[in-house]
Amino acid sequence: MADMNAMGQRARSIVRDPAFRVGVHAMGGVSLGIAAWALVTGVAMVKSGMTVSMALFMSFVVYAGSAQLAVLPLMIAGAPLWVVWFTAACVNLRFVILSSMWRTYFAHFTRRHRLAISYFSGDVIFVAFFKRYPGGERSPEQLPFFWGAASTNWVVWQAFSVAGIFLADQVPLSWGLGFAGVLALLGVLYSMLTDRTTWTATGVAAAVAVAAFALPLKLNILAAIAAAVAVGLMMENTERRLRDWRAGPAALRAPDAARGEKNPVLPLDEEPRP
Amino acid sequence: MIDSWWLFALNCLGLGFITLFTRAFFMYPEREVPMPHWLKRGLKYAPLAALAAVIAPELFITQGALIQTFLDARLPAFVCATAYYFWRRGILGTIVVGMAVYLPLHIGLGW
Repeated sequence: MADMNAMGQRARSIVRDPAFRVGVHAMGGVSLGIAAWALVTGVAMVKSGMTVSMALFMSFVVYAGSAQLAVLPLMIAGAPLWVVWFTAACVNLRFVILSSMWRTYFAHFTRRHRLAISYFSGDVIFVAFFKRYPGGERSPEQLPFFWGAASTNWVVWQAFSVAGIFLADQVPLSWGLGFAGVLALLGVLYSMLTDRTTWTATGVAAAVAVAAFALPLKLNILAAIAAAVAVGLMMENTERRLRDWRAGPAALRAPDAARGEKNPVLPLDEEPRP
Repeated sequence: MIDSWWLFALNCLGLGFITLFTRAFFMYPEREVPMPHWLKRGLKYAPLAALAAVIAPELFITQGALIQTFLDARLPAFVCATAYYFWRRGILGTIVVGMAVYLPLHIGLGW
């Protein structure tokens, strides 16, 4: 009981923090896309033959739009459980990568709190968060900011998913309202492109995702991530080498007796540069 | 699967667990999971790559193949939304402009 009280108090202090509201506002523009996407997901669940109660259950338990849409055809076809779960795991693999980024900011909280953060951390929230705190330094306002963005995302998603479930017969999928979700992600993506390296990595990812589209289980997404990471690293390395080369050879430095050096030293790559 | 409530519920609980498991993968352990330095640096490209990989097929693929025609409502909508974004840098406007181009072409002309 005392535990619950402490948790309630903690939650209240998070909601009252000004950064919570900043987090809510950070989701403002994207929310329109999330809403359209949730609506379409809700409609698609009911149109696939689920009852209203089933669709509601799925929406509130699974809470992963891309995975839900990916497994729907499998569930309708009566695929075995392990196939459905394996497909969802593949579609969600990108979250494994994102979870290592979240750890940089939230590793110092209790495990229970970390799990709660994880469950509510979709990719759109990640982008909003990472745009505001790109450096990887921790600060106390990050937690309320996260919960502001995450709760907004949850409320918008579930509200419109439920609306889609109940209005399934009034909203024809042929209108293509789901395209608004694609446009929202497009805007989010553009806001992350800051330099030549990120542009190139994005171009490579897009090309690989299209070229490898025939792969089963949406593995084209993973292939695209791997290719983009490789290209990003390669470009970083090349640019660093070029910079070093333009800077010319490093100057000699005086011998450091502590290292047992007796003569002047020409520093090459002694320590990895930041 | 959707004929039996229990099987369906089991399925959803498993899917919910997968949501949590993947999103908490590196958050669950108490100690830092050791990772090579280059991988850590490379991982900052992962989120934007994941986004690009989700978006690109939605824009350029029809029925499992690259689109073969320019008479597709998605293309002009994509161009206009992109132009708007780099003009004004607003996500809401990007969605509105894109849909304003897309919906009439898609519903009206059947592109």
